[in-house]
Amino acid sequence: MKTLFIKGVIKGTRKGNTTLSCLQINNIQTHHVGPLSLTIAGDAAVSLRGQSGCGKSLLLRAIADLDPHQGEIVLDGVSCQAYSGSQWRKKIGYLPAVSQWWADVVREHFDDEINHAQISEWLVALNLKPKILDAAIATLSSGERQRLALVRLLANRPQVLLLDEPTASLDPENVASVEALVAEYQRQKGCAVLWVSHDHQQLQRVATRQFVIAQGKLTEQEATWN
Amino acid sequence: MELITLTLWDLSLAALLIVALAALSFQMQLGLSRSIFIAALRTVVQLMLIGLVLKLLFNTTHFGWVVLVAVVMLLAAGREVMVRQQRRFAGVQSFALGTLSLFISTVVVTLLVLTVVISAEPWYSPQYAIPLLGMMFGNTMNGIALGLDRLTQTAWQQRDVVEARLMLGQTPQQAISDIRRESIRSGMIPIINAMAVAGIVSLPGMMTGQILAGAAPMEAVNYQILIMFMVTAGTGFGTIFAVTMGARHLFDQRERLRLDRLQKAIV
Repeated sequence: MKTLFIKGVIKGTRKGNTTLSCLQINNIQTHHVGPLSLTIAGDAAVSLRGQSGCGKSLLLRAIADLDPHQGEIVLDGVSCQAYSGSQWRKKIGYLPAVSQWWADVVREHFDDEINHAQISEWLVALNLKPKILDAAIATLSSGERQRLALVRLLANRPQVLLLDEPTASLDPENVASVEALVAEYQRQKGCAVLWVSHDHQQLQRVATRQFVIAQGKLTEQEATWN
Repeated sequence: MELITLTLWDLSLAALLIVALAALSFQMQLGLSRSIFIAALRTVVQLMLIGLVLKLLFNTTHFGWVVLVAVVMLLAAGREVMVRQQRRFAGVQSFALGTLSLFISTVVVTLLVLTVVISAEPWYSPQYAIPLLGMMFGNTMNGIALGLDRLTQTAWQQRDVVEARLMLGQTPQQAISDIRRESIRSGMIPIINAMAVAGIVSLPGMMTGQILAGAAPMEAVNYQILIMFMVTAGTGFGTIFAVTMGARHLFDQRERLRLDRLQKAIV
């Protein structure tokens, strides 16, 4: 059994005024993936790539506790078992490649007690107008929906971001805006980020550590800094 | 008013209509001829059997026999609920869910009507208990089967949406709320519609039967109103219970959507 462990902080630590979150994945195993171990500190963004079907999304789903799995997932020293599934997923923000919507209007997908000023700020950062909250979902492009899905996710103020090819449907300008917003959110919130993509260059831009998943195993690659 | 007794010849003439329908189905290659014949044969055999059973029951009025017939009807209806779902809960859970829902809704409502409304002597008098249970099971079964089928099918088709809601920290009850509501509606709407058009578009079967058998129309109407209310209440309670329990069972203790608990029906 080959596992890879990145040493990091165990409990949330402080950096300036920001409390850094720390996600530990210990011997996680789901379907044909794993066992894998990984620790992501709050000031780190870890990238994950690999061929289609190699288990990247399965790993993310297991971390979000959407699939049954073996092993332990710990956030700031507290096991995910200590939380209900819904409490855990408020802390672990998972953004899939294709966003899903169930109500007619964008605003209906947000809680009533959202911070409107903050939401507007994020929308503008993603080249969207705040009035898009009143738009019908059916009238939006896939790119607009995907950027809105990121805002909807951030509105939960998650401590960890699991991003599964979040910019696959976006043009280069909006890819840059998403990358910038995620980096800014991470700086403010001190959250851990796990970014999955097939775009090698993007992963070098957004992540401080690079990992490849193949045949159910995780290997660290040497980062190339821009 | 005297009842005109139907002879074997009369029934044979009616059966010719079924033969004609099966022949047309064969001609049009609908693939239904065999099903039509089997269903018609089942109707004849099952109704003959229940006729014999009722004849015996009416003569004895023994509580144990009434319970036995009710249990057989309940189990048969529970099985029917299970087989009507394209995606059903694996193992005995599907049968147990349907049967329990039928039991809670149908038996409770029928007991209430037999003891409080009709007040027959004895209250389990088979002349009242068996026909009432039969109509309750028949209609409630439809509502529960429709509701559960809609629930499991929609959850399967909208898996990504349900999981997207879970990913945002919604509880299972929130994530499945729209599907649950639509499933309950689909189970209840047919019986509500039937109630709405009773007497205008359709003359309900029981009332028609009573009138054909020589009962006074107003007596038949009173019984039909009672039956409609019973059936609607039973279908509503049964569907709400079955769909609510089914929706809960789609998730595990960690609040994950567990579609692996469903299996596709082998047609």
